Amino acid sequence: MTSQTLPPTPAAPPPARTAGAGRSRRATAHREVRLFAGLGQVALAGWAVIVIVPILWTFLAAFKDTGEIFGSPWTLPAELRWQNFSRAWTRANVGRYFLNSVFVVSCGTLGTMLLGSMAAYVLARYRFVGNRAIYYLFVSGLAFPVFLALVPLFFVVRNLGLLDTHTGVILVYIAYSLPFTVFFLAAFFRTLPNSVAEAGMIDGCSHTRLFFQVMLPMAKPGLISVAIFNVIGQWAQYQLPLVLLSNAKDKWVLTQGIADISVNAGYQADWSGLFAALTIAILPMIVVYAVFQRQIQSGLTSGAVK
Amino acid sequence: MRHGRYPFVVGFLVAPVTLYVVFVIAPYAQAFQISMTNWRGLSAPRWVGFDNYRRLLDDGSFWKAVQHHGVLLLALPLITIAIALFFAFLLNVGGKSSGGQRQGVRGAGFYRVVFFFPQVLAVAIIAVLFQMVYRPNESGLVNGVLMKLGLDPVLFLIRPNLALWSIIAVLVWQAVGFYVVLFSAGMAAIPGEIYEAAEMDGASRVTLFFRVTLPLLWDTLQVAWVYLGIAAFDAFAIVAVLSVDSGGPDGATTVLAMEIYRNAFVYSKYGYASAMGVALFFLTITFAALTLRLTKRESVEY
Repeated sequence: MTSQTLPPTPAAPPPARTAGAGRSRRATAHREVRLFAGLGQVALAGWAVIVIVPILWTFLAAFKDTGEIFGSPWTLPAELRWQNFSRAWTRANVGRYFLNSVFVVSCGTLGTMLLGSMAAYVLARYRFVGNRAIYYLFVSGLAFPVFLALVPLFFVVRNLGLLDTHTGVILVYIAYSLPFTVFFLAAFFRTLPNSVAEAGMIDGCSHTRLFFQVMLPMAKPGLISVAIFNVIGQWAQYQLPLVLLSNAKDKWVLTQGIADISVNAGYQADWSGLFAALTIAILPMIVVYAVFQRQIQSGLTSGAVK
Repeated sequence: MRHGRYPFVVGFLVAPVTLYVVFVIAPYAQAFQISMTNWRGLSAPRWVGFDNYRRLLDDGSFWKAVQHHGVLLLALPLITIAIALFFAFLLNVGGKSSGGQRQGVRGAGFYRVVFFFPQVLAVAIIAVLFQMVYRPNESGLVNGVLMKLGLDPVLFLIRPNLALWSIIAVLVWQAVGFYVVLFSAGMAAIPGEIYEAAEMDGASRVTLFFRVTLPLLWDTLQVAWVYLGIAAFDAFAIVAVLSVDSGGPDGATTVLAMEIYRNAFVYSKYGYASAMGVALFFLTITFAALTLRLTKRESVEY
């Protein structure tokens, strides 16, 4: 993407036009703008409703009882039944799943950022034999579908004795997050100025200290983008925990747990509990999104704007 | 500058590279090898050459899955990009221009925030959410309304020829916001003078869109198409959680990832599942290469 500086001329006077033709053309243009903007507003508002209503409807249903959910799905709940939430949190184990997710994603992202930035830094700023080979080894991982590796991965993890453990899931998350992290951060480290690094070296800074105390702080914007990308990606992971944690129900993550409640819900299902579980899963994301909205948007799209 | 350099480089690389080779590279390499065996997990694997691939050719559910990927591959990018482009155009250049500065319609910031939100949610959670929305009786969000109005309920996930489209709709629902933001970034990089010049020449909004915005956004569109295409080759979480019987009714929504999962972890046909994985890999690679090839164009400098 080329960056260009726009000349600061917004206040320049509009060029003179021949009066008659200019005015009528401007009038039709004006009408067209109005019509277009009007239709556009309707379409935009319509899509906003489509996005918001299912989520809002879920929140409302979380307070209802089964009779209300079936009898009057479109009304407000008769009373706020907070017990739906406590039932979901404890009896349906959503609380445990939630905390498992928090633990796995925290460790996974932390590990990814540490190992990914170390590898990216060395690959971006040091010349040594095999540098390119290792870089392309990492980047090639971007092109492979995870499902190609699923069967052998299962046996690798099992043979290491890490099946049905959080350690196994965390290590796998880190490994599969490395290609994008290394690719993105290596590009970022390359843009950092040499002068600071050289000054540090002259002052007798070791390579390790230079990395942790000078280069990492300088790379903060890039690190934040990638960290957000990894948190959201790992939080949403479904197929890896499904395969790697299948026999340890107490270790399940949130996506897996809620999907299981839903898939195995029979006729006797606790619908209001399921709605409450969904609310527990969605609400924190809304809060996080509201706070970090800007960073999240740029973090997630940063992968596409390379 | 030189002292301690190699120990440092090795020290920094050893952990990430080991982890990556053990959990990513080795499994990928083994997948090709296992796909040539009849391994079922108990006895030692026996080499069967291309037998698994030959069986793939006669496997009805494999072809069904490939066919569904074909539908997804066309419908998902086309619908998503069309909607997202329209919205992004409205939000960035749809409003009136004042002082030579193009503006979006009113509330553009709000819409951008709302539209993007589904992207933050996990697909598995969205799948559970839409299971509720699509429920076939009065407890469903859509059918609750239809039945109140005295209409017959729509069996979104149960009617075989509707089920796949119901799933595509959810994928579009989630993806649109992301591409609105992506295209907005692309549109913001187009200098306002170009629009101004075109408008002075009497270009209408529609002309502006097709003659100015679209060509200048080509690179971003290409990226979007590749991303959505790769998403179309996955679709595991949504199919596994949302569809009837994980890929049903009667295989009407199954995808390769679903078949790989089923063959490997339900039937323990590891060799056969790996062959499907290899097929999926070649399909994905072919798609990405073809897209980049076919959409190659002179990019416009500005």
